[in-house]
Amino acid sequence: MSGSFTTSAARNIFYGGTIFFFLVFLGLTYNTEQVLPKRDNRAALANPDIAAGKKLWETNQCIGCHTLLGEGAYFAPELGNVYKRRGGEFIKAWIKAQPTGAPGRRQMPQFNLTDKQLDDLVAFFKYVGEIDTAKWPPNIEG
Amino acid sequence: MQFKSQAVSKPYFIAALGLFVAQILFGLIMGLQYVMGDFLFPHIPFNVARMVHTNALIVWLLMGFMGAAYYLVPEESETELFSPKLAIALFWIFLVAAALTVVGYLLVPYATLAKMTGNDLIPTMGREFLEQPLPTKLGIVVVALAFLFNITMTVLKGRKTAINTVLLIGLWGLAIFFLFSFYNPDNVVRDKFYWWWVVHLWVEGVWELILGAILAFVLIKITGVDREVIEKWLYVIITLTLVTGIIGTGHHYYWIGTPEYWQWFGSIFSALEPIPFFAMTLFAFNMVNRRRREHPNKAATLWALGTGVMSFLGAGVWGFLHTLAPVNFYTHGTQITAAHGHMAFYGAYVMVVITMISYAMPLMRGRAANSNKAQVAEMWGFWLMTVAIVFITLFLTAAGILQVWLQRVSATPMSFMDAQAQVSMFYWMREWAGVIFLIGLIVYISSFFIPGEEKAKA
Repeated sequence: MSGSFTTSAARNIFYGGTIFFFLVFLGLTYNTEQVLPKRDNRAALANPDIAAGKKLWETNQCIGCHTLLGEGAYFAPELGNVYKRRGGEFIKAWIKAQPTGAPGRRQMPQFNLTDKQLDDLVAFFKYVGEIDTAKWPPNIEG
Repeated sequence: MQFKSQAVSKPYFIAALGLFVAQILFGLIMGLQYVMGDFLFPHIPFNVARMVHTNALIVWLLMGFMGAAYYLVPEESETELFSPKLAIALFWIFLVAAALTVVGYLLVPYATLAKMTGNDLIPTMGREFLEQPLPTKLGIVVVALAFLFNITMTVLKGRKTAINTVLLIGLWGLAIFFLFSFYNPDNVVRDKFYWWWVVHLWVEGVWELILGAILAFVLIKITGVDREVIEKWLYVIITLTLVTGIIGTGHHYYWIGTPEYWQWFGSIFSALEPIPFFAMTLFAFNMVNRRRREHPNKAATLWALGTGVMSFLGAGVWGFLHTLAPVNFYTHGTQITAAHGHMAFYGAYVMVVITMISYAMPLMRGRAANSNKAQVAEMWGFWLMTVAIVFITLFLTAAGILQVWLQRVSATPMSFMDAQAQVSMFYWMREWAGVIFLIGLIVYISSFFIPGEEKAKA
């Protein structure tokens, strides 16, 4: 890299290119926000249990072992589609029964959730399961 | 060392390496929990170990970046640091905040910690990598702003070079994009969308500017190649980085409820993301080949070349492997992601911070380079850790391919846990590679305690 291509030319391309592509990114973000209402199941959020469930999901750090729509840790099953896979009653019974104590098996802590909290979590999983994820995951196992 | 105030970076480097050790120890705990599920349960559940593992990494890299900035900026600006006292005060604030946060993770159930630390005021906790309690997050903002003030004032009163300008842009970007960690809407899709503005725009955006600036600085010092040449390379690399990387964010927007055109934008732009990393490889080798002097610090040269190669392999090649939407449909959220994450973080950010430490520490200890014996030990550390991370990555990749096959591609898909049981052999091999990594780290750290012989050169 020599000759007529100077450092200041390189610098100008950097600033110009960065600003241009950042503006394109902001434009795409704006468009995404316009399209999202059709995909993100936001109508369900009118039910306050879902927000309560999301907070429980966060304050018990579920993402430290599980994935949700494929994001999180890879130690325990995907939960974005767990409502479809298992159903609400199974989810509640499962959480209540932890830890299994089976020797050598990965263990989930006991979070001592109330019945109301368990219902909130299930409402949250049902809501996430109804987001339009472009058909991901490939099958029900997540 | 040309300016007295550069010495403030020393405690940052020492603390960074201390946290590095903690990160690896917790990584080994997690690796064992993958195959012995009840190991240390219920005292250290997997999610807690993982928080310590990832948060320690983030904090020690930030410590490393700050230390690097405190060393680099006075020398580039040809002036003393604006306020060395502020730098030292911030070091202690940051270290104590980090220590208290880790103690909180380990001693208190996370839900209790959330309650104790005011998560109800602004709920930000419990999202991957952003698990820190509110006071810690606010502390990060305060420390970052005060740090940026100190560094910016130094640059403003001194010489402005491409290197310290790019470093400043990177560091300001780091602080600005962190602010999105306070935005946590109830809408999961929007939550995830803006969460990536911290995570992706950090590691595949502004952090690469910091990386480029640090690497350019060390290459000027150890090769003696003209600044003009190196700065031109730096601009070209970071242009490629941001032109591909900003819209490359789209590779995280395939399956989280976002519009499907992101599959095109994400695939095309992130397929180009290896290019800046390849340019970085060429850059490092070219500059070392065109060197105008034989710097006595061979270890620093090795780390600089290693950064060039391993960041390309880890971030570039292993990123590309699963970045195209039709591939990612099957690999999203599997051990393939983990494989990429390990080599990319090591190859890019761990190695560049160690490059800086390797170059700067001997100078701060009053010698141009460490003794031959110390450098040999350091290079053993380099090879052990680097080869170990390559094997960790390969074993996780093998586990990931099997997992994808058994759980996602097969006509009779297995459940998650059944598939995990099938791939456990690879988790065992990953754990052994992790032990080698720890040995490499111990050798590396021991090299600091081997006395130096080389005389200081002004």
